[in-house]
Amino acid sequence: MEYILGIFELSAINLVAVLGLSILTGFTGLFSFGHAGFMAIGAYVAAILTKNMHLPFWVAIVAAGISAGLVSIVIGRLTLKLKGDYFCIATMGFGEAVRLIFSNMNYVNGARGMANIPQYDGATLAIPFVVALIAIVLSWNLVNSRQGRNLVAVREEELAAQMAGINVLGSKMVAMIASAVLAGVAGALMANFVGFIAPKSFNMTKSTELTIIVIFGGLGSISGSVVGAFVLTALPELLRAFSDWRLVFYGLAVVVIMVGRPQGLLGGSELTPSGIRKMIAERKAKLALARAKTGGGQS
Amino acid sequence: MSQAILELKGLTKSFGGLTAVNEVSFRVEEGGISGLIGPNGAGKTTIFNLITGVYKVSAGDIHFRGKSIANKEPYAIADLGITRTFQNIRLFKNLSVLDNVLTACHTSAKYGLFEAIFRLPRFGKEEKVLLEKAMSLLEIMGLADRAEVISNNLPYGLQRRLEITRALALDPKLLLLDEPAAGMNPDETIQLMRLIGDVRERFKLSVLVIEHHMDLIMGVCEHIHVLNFGCTLADGKPGDVANDPKVVEAYLGAEESK
Repeated sequence: MEYILGIFELSAINLVAVLGLSILTGFTGLFSFGHAGFMAIGAYVAAILTKNMHLPFWVAIVAAGISAGLVSIVIGRLTLKLKGDYFCIATMGFGEAVRLIFSNMNYVNGARGMANIPQYDGATLAIPFVVALIAIVLSWNLVNSRQGRNLVAVREEELAAQMAGINVLGSKMVAMIASAVLAGVAGALMANFVGFIAPKSFNMTKSTELTIIVIFGGLGSISGSVVGAFVLTALPELLRAFSDWRLVFYGLAVVVIMVGRPQGLLGGSELTPSGIRKMIAERKAKLALARAKTGGGQS
Repeated sequence: MSQAILELKGLTKSFGGLTAVNEVSFRVEEGGISGLIGPNGAGKTTIFNLITGVYKVSAGDIHFRGKSIANKEPYAIADLGITRTFQNIRLFKNLSVLDNVLTACHTSAKYGLFEAIFRLPRFGKEEKVLLEKAMSLLEIMGLADRAEVISNNLPYGLQRRLEITRALALDPKLLLLDEPAAGMNPDETIQLMRLIGDVRERFKLSVLVIEHHMDLIMGVCEHIHVLNFGCTLADGKPGDVANDPKVVEAYLGAEESK
């Protein structure tokens, strides 16, 4: 039972980071391969505050979000003018740089990492779920506002967005900061849930994992990210019985989904009553179109 | 002389050694429809890109309602009241018709990011206004029955119309149309001419249009500026310009001999 709870806790923690990346990648169209860097910043800030300074968990969470957000302002200034692939590479460099900085900081034990960080226990075990819930609501509110529509416009057609009076760089900055804050908060949750952090927990594999979840769940969909985070965090655990082969199956599962549904599980749609109705209507229209085509061919 | 809403003064743009636009000066009258014509590569779209801030001006100045707007950021220029459409349609392809217009309405709402994230009262009030504005625009432009269609799935002519609708959502004072009739048949072109006239009347704006369709230019424009190789070739009323031997030689003559 505790094991199952643990999987859900980890899923909720991953979900917070994934929501952040979903805003940046799914809605704004900026691919980042360095978000583990923001998680690392949040995790170390939380670890230092709770372990060395004995501050409560919630202070650690807020401080972690703020620190990651502040760093993202600097990183955003430097990288957001880069286009497409160049931005990707810059974020990758950022992620690795953060990991290496923590690996060489004696105050946080360098590459050996920090152990015995105060852990969630009893009632505080609910913290990751509460935070995940708040993160879902706030992300939803953001993407369904005029600022959120501006993000999507930037993703769809940057030049036209500019002509529609949208401050493209400003919008990208909003997405960058929101995603970094959420990643930082996720890092804090991770540190206080697991009780141990090391720089290598936040390597590029972690960043890539987050990006895979966002793409798997579907770009431009909050509910897709939620489903993706739970499925892809639980999947490696469910496949534990296959020991050595589990990562192969994991990879295979992702490939199969991406081939079958290139737009991801819920690309561009949401699991709300109106969203589901729209999906059904689109499916019907598609079927009708297909039928009309084959029908036309026969007659 | 009536008031000019837009005035280009010796506008020049060079890309390295190539001067794409060379000392071009002309004015668009308040409430007027002006045409910008010239053979391919004459620098017409470059001028649009300079006016809207996509390119930086090399020399000269652009005045909009009496103030210089040269080298301002594109979104700031859009905020001042200049919007445009593109030669190759640039819609937010994967969004519905309504969302395309709703997105462009954003400047009509004033709620901040904080108010949006925490859904404070002003958010709900202003969102409702935005939705009403977007729907009424779609109604006026005859797109209301397609509000939920993904814009990429619209027929070509309606995509053009949607692009104009989206531009109107910003309450512009000056609308720049870059080859709005490109790829349209004569019938659609006539409809478009009517639409441009209607839009000008209804929204009280001025229009500057780039076009190759001579029927459209001669039909709707009150003033025409002709470019060739980045330089001004002629400037004046449609009738005068059409009879200018230089213009006939450079542009209309070439058209006729085809």
